[in-house]
Amino acid sequence: MDSEPRDAAYWAKNVTTLKLGKVPAKAVNLNVTGRRVVGPVQGFGKMWQKTMRVELTGADVAPAEVIKTWKAEFQRFWPPRNWFYAPLEGIAPGEVALLNLGLPGRMKLSTGVLVLYADDESFTLMTPEGHMLAGWITFSAEAVDGVTVVQIQALERTNDPLYELGYMLGGNRLNTRFWVQTAENLARHFGVEPKVESQVVCVDRRRQWRKAGNLSKNAAIRTLVWTLGTPVRWVRRLLTRRRAGTS
Amino acid sequence: MTEGSSLITEVRELSSRASVIDLKGDVTASSEKALADAYTRASGKFTRTIVLNFSGLEYMNSGGIGMLVTLLVRANRQRQRLVAYGLNDHYRQIFELTRLDEAIGIYDSEAEAFADADAP
Repeated sequence: MDSEPRDAAYWAKNVTTLKLGKVPAKAVNLNVTGRRVVGPVQGFGKMWQKTMRVELTGADVAPAEVIKTWKAEFQRFWPPRNWFYAPLEGIAPGEVALLNLGLPGRMKLSTGVLVLYADDESFTLMTPEGHMLAGWITFSAEAVDGVTVVQIQALERTNDPLYELGYMLGGNRLNTRFWVQTAENLARHFGVEPKVESQVVCVDRRRQWRKAGNLSKNAAIRTLVWTLGTPVRWVRRLLTRRRAGTS
Repeated sequence: MTEGSSLITEVRELSSRASVIDLKGDVTASSEKALADAYTRASGKFTRTIVLNFSGLEYMNSGGIGMLVTLLVRANRQRQRLVAYGLNDHYRQIFELTRLDEAIGIYDSEAEAFADADAP
């Protein structure tokens, strides 16, 4: 056990709380800095395992090449109205990305993710407190009988009772659809007409009521409050500028 | 992702209330069957604690961590505790990072894990 394990370089080093580097001007940076990551153990709702697989039949592309492209252009394969601001260093272990997500009813959610694990053929993102989901999602590619197969697999619970309610009222289906669309977009990028197989399994039907207090960090509520405060911030900024101009 | 990974498991009974699963090799998503089979063998009628021995762990990726979470759910459903020992600094750090240590008790040695496991 003296030598360094084979996987040592692929894992994020122990991260206590998240820290963001430089943030793009148009990105809303809320609910990330200072937050801890949360796994399925810390979440509130039922635990789900979602798996989406698509074969890149006919595409002459190796698994490592798929993952390299996916890491470099992650945002490109997402459905519209959702933004992934990749870290400057790219998708690498320990890096933090900012997410601005579109929710039903034109609501927005500003949150982030930690790159928990990344090697040449897979990478895993883990969510912080306040995110809709507590858990991680792994993007991988492997060769099966000479065909490159892409997989997205999430292990997750909703973070609090409000998100759980949203998940029950259609959020779960929308979330699954989100990742199916992502897999389809990736396959199309490699010239393949996609046929995505998806499997959704409820791993644990019990809700963790002792985690109901996670609601206090709900990023959707905090983003809504921040959005409602935008006119106040504009007026304050205007007054500050005028005062600076007259003095 | 290093697939085609191999995991060898061995099950030992510590007492009527506790069993050990010795893990040797790689813990990845493809370890699901090996882990599930070992858990079934380790889980007797009166078993209250399953001790995972990670001394022989050589490689673990995020898929492997996911396997441990599903194993934890299975154990909790049977009202069993899952504890671990034999983790080196690197893997202990991964348990802390993924906050799995909040649900799976970590011990330095089998004796410590057993003492806690066998406590009434």
